[in-house]
Amino acid sequence: MSRLLARFDVRFPSFHLDVELDVPMSGITAIFGPSGSGKTTLLRCLAGLERAPQGFMQFGEEVWQDESRRRCLPLYARPIGYVFQEPRLFPHYDVRSNLLYGYKRIPLDARRVAPEQVIEILGIGHLLDRRIHKLSGGEQQRVAIGRALLTSPKLLLLDEPLASLDLQRKQEVLPYIRQLHEQLHIPVLYVSHAIAEILQLADRVALLKDGKVTAAGALNEMITSMKFRGQFTGHRIGAILDARVAAHDAEYGLTQLEFNGHSLFVPLQSVAVGNLVRVHILSNDVSLVLGKTIVPTSVLNILEATIVEIQETNQSSVDVLLDIGAPLVAGITRKSLMSLGLKPGQRVFAHIKAVALNEELME
Amino acid sequence: MGALTELDLSALWVSMRLATMTVIILLLVGTPLAWWLAHTKSRFRPIIEAMVALPIVLPPTVLGFYILVALGPYGPLGHLAHLSLAFTFTGLVIASVFYSMPFVIQPLQSAFEAVGKAPLEAAWSLRASQWDAFLTVISPIALRGYISAIVLGFAHTMGEFGVVLMVGGSIPGQTRVLSTTIFEHVEVMEYAQAHAISAFMLTFSFLVLLAVYMTNRRFPIHVS
Repeated sequence: MSRLLARFDVRFPSFHLDVELDVPMSGITAIFGPSGSGKTTLLRCLAGLERAPQGFMQFGEEVWQDESRRRCLPLYARPIGYVFQEPRLFPHYDVRSNLLYGYKRIPLDARRVAPEQVIEILGIGHLLDRRIHKLSGGEQQRVAIGRALLTSPKLLLLDEPLASLDLQRKQEVLPYIRQLHEQLHIPVLYVSHAIAEILQLADRVALLKDGKVTAAGALNEMITSMKFRGQFTGHRIGAILDARVAAHDAEYGLTQLEFNGHSLFVPLQSVAVGNLVRVHILSNDVSLVLGKTIVPTSVLNILEATIVEIQETNQSSVDVLLDIGAPLVAGITRKSLMSLGLKPGQRVFAHIKAVALNEELME
Repeated sequence: MGALTELDLSALWVSMRLATMTVIILLLVGTPLAWWLAHTKSRFRPIIEAMVALPIVLPPTVLGFYILVALGPYGPLGHLAHLSLAFTFTGLVIASVFYSMPFVIQPLQSAFEAVGKAPLEAAWSLRASQWDAFLTVISPIALRGYISAIVLGFAHTMGEFGVVLMVGGSIPGQTRVLSTTIFEHVEVMEYAQAHAISAFMLTFSFLVLLAVYMTNRRFPIHVS
C-alpha cells in the first residue's frame, strides 16, 4: 500500500514543529492534539502553504518536496483537496460556481469524481443557485468539502472543518465525511482537537504534542492502549468497533451487527443491511464473567474474550484490556479483580450492557 | 455661461486622454506594488508607503520642478529617451503617473489588505495558478478597491494644475488641459469661458465622488 512520508523541521518565533510522519494512504487518519500543538502548521506544510527549510515529503511514488534538491511543488500543482477551518467560499460566485471552480481546472481525463455524485453525497442539491451568504455554517462547510472533492484529489486534508460549527451543525457535516470517504476512497488527513469527532471518523490517529508526533497507530488500539490513553482525557474511555449490519428484527426493535464472527444487538437502526456502522463501547458498560453463564441473564451481548493487560485506574477500580479480535476495555472494581482472580491470558466472557452508535458519540 | 470654444474642446480631449492613460499605467504598475505593500513583512514597506503618499502633501510645483529636471535633455529620463520630454504629452503622462499614484495605490492596497490571503490559498487548493487566482478570485473580491482607484485616479489627474504647468507648459492640442485653460481664460479676463469650464469640472468632480461613496456603500460584489 502506498504511504505518505513527511519530514518537517520548522522554527517559528514561539514554536518548533519537528515532525516525522509515515502513514498508509488509505482510510481516515486523524491528527490529534491540543490547541497550539502544531496541527494546522503540519497540515499547511503538507499542502506546501508553509515551506519547511529542510522539508521532505513523498506521496506514494511522487516526491512533492525535497529541499535537498530545492524542490517544492506549489499547492496548485499538488493533487490535494484542502478544507480550511473556515469555509473560505468565494463570495462573488454562487454555490454551483464555487463547486465547479476546481473541477473546471482539472483535465477531462483526470476527473474521477462527478459533480452529481458529490452533490448527492453532501446533500447540497437544493443549494446550487444560492448565494454564499444565504447558507448556514454547516451548509457552507459542506460546499467547501464538495468543492475540494471535485478536484479529484489523491489526498484530502481537512483542518478542523467542524471547529466553527455548533453541535447541531456538526451533525450536518460529520456523517457526510464518513460517507464520502467510503464511497470515493480518497485518503483523508483529518486534523482535530475534538476526541468525539475522531472517535466517530478516524481509522488511525497520530498524536501531536508541542510540535512533535508522540505516537501513531490504529484508532482502536490507541484508545484502548494503557500507554496512550492518558492522551485522550476529557472523554469517557471505551473501544471503537466497525461492525457490519447483518439483520434487522422489527418485532423486537433490534438490529444485529457482526464483526470478527461476533454478534452484537443494538436498538433498531435505519442503516441498510451490509453497511458498516461504528459502535463505541464504554469500559464501564462492560462486565466480566468467568465461564459461560448458567444463570440466565438479561444481557444480550456476550462476547468471548482473552485478557491482554490489567491496569489500576484508581484505588478502587481497574481497567482490563481484552482481545475480542479487536481491543475492548472493561472497567471493573479491584475487589472483583481479586475475587475472580483475573490474569492476563485468561479466557473470560464480556457482558456488554450498552452499545453507543456513531450519532450518540457527540454528546 | 458661454459655449466652449474649439480650443476648450481640444483641452478637454487632452485632459481625458491624459487621465485615461495615467489610470491605465497606474493600474498596471500599481496592482503588483499595492499587493506587495498589503502583504509584505519587509522593513522597507514604510519607506515605500511614504514615497507613494508624498504627492498628497507635496506642493505640485515641487513635484513638477523635479520631474521637469528629470525629463529635460540633461535629466535621466530625457537622457534615456535621447530627447527632451519636457513640454510633451509623454512627459505629461509620466508626471501625472507620479502625481496621481497615491490615489490609485492606496485604495488598492486597502482592498488587498481586506481580502487577505485566505481566498488566494483556497484558489490554489483548487488548482488555480497565481495568475488565474488573481484574476478570478482576488480582483473580483477587490472590485470596490479597483472602482475607487480608477475613479479617484482619473478625477485627480483631470484636476491637476501645478504639475501640468511646470512640466507641460500649455501647448494647445498637446499639453493644454482643462485646468490650465481656465487659468488662461482668467488671465485674459474671459470670465464666462472660465466659468463654463469651472462649472463643468465642479459638477464632474462632485458626481465622481458621489459615485465612489455610493458604490462603497452598497455595491454588491457579485460576478457569476
